[in-house]
Amino acid sequence: MANSIRVRAVASGDHTEVQALVQHPMDSGFVKDAQGNLIPPHHIEVVDFQHAGKTVFTALWGPAVAKDPYIKFSFKGGQKGDDIAVSWVDNKGESDSLTAKIM
Amino acid sequence: MPLKITTNSRHDRTRRLLLKSALGGLVAALALPWLPKWARAADGALWPKDAFTQKTEAGAIKALYGKEATASDQVKLDAPEIAENGAVVPIAVSSALPNVTSISILVSENPFPLAASYKLPPGTTAMVANRLKMAKTSKVVALVESDGKIFSATKEVKVTVGGCGG
Repeated sequence: MANSIRVRAVASGDHTEVQALVQHPMDSGFVKDAQGNLIPPHHIEVVDFQHAGKTVFTALWGPAVAKDPYIKFSFKGGQKGDDIAVSWVDNKGESDSLTAKIM
Repeated sequence: MPLKITTNSRHDRTRRLLLKSALGGLVAALALPWLPKWARAADGALWPKDAFTQKTEAGAIKALYGKEATASDQVKLDAPEIAENGAVVPIAVSSALPNVTSISILVSENPFPLAASYKLPPGTTAMVANRLKMAKTSKVVALVESDGKIFSATKEVKVTVGGCGG
């Protein structure tokens, strides 16, 4: 089953830097299709990143986040081999999640 | 003569496999609700609808934080002078301010100025890089919440091809 989330988490000193790329149309609701009808908004609303059972970052996204959104952040903690759990939910209630290892 | 009770015909092997899979599936289905909460973590209820549907920059800031922002040179906003493609504008915000719990980014000329907001628990670095859509040339405003106060930095980004399509 193809996953929409790609994560690269790298531990460096006492911090872990996380980059994620999510496949999602992030339709703003302002664009018209070929027939001239508005394509309804369809965008991720919340992205949650967890390490050791605790949320380390929450993204709250509106329709102005670019298609196939990219995000980078960093948190104190994390070691090579630890799990990073990423999950998202969009305005239609669709969701996806992925667990990746810190490198 | 002893009756042969068990058979190992292909029919029976398939039946046993199906039963095992069904049982496994049933166990998994029963176990799902008891998965630790972190396994299904992103919670749509966190999304601040009011802030994201405000049509003015001031309205969005008020809805998000309930207070006004003070310009600060301690908020670093990285955005291009000219965005070639308004559909994908790379923007990064960082700050040396203490105890940063939230970073938000607004695009003043967008139909809904609030583009993204980030919650940073203690221990998370005051830095975020993302890519936003800009409808046209506009002020971009970065907001950082530090010790409960809101600080801002602003930059004008020129957009050559608007990011709202059409």
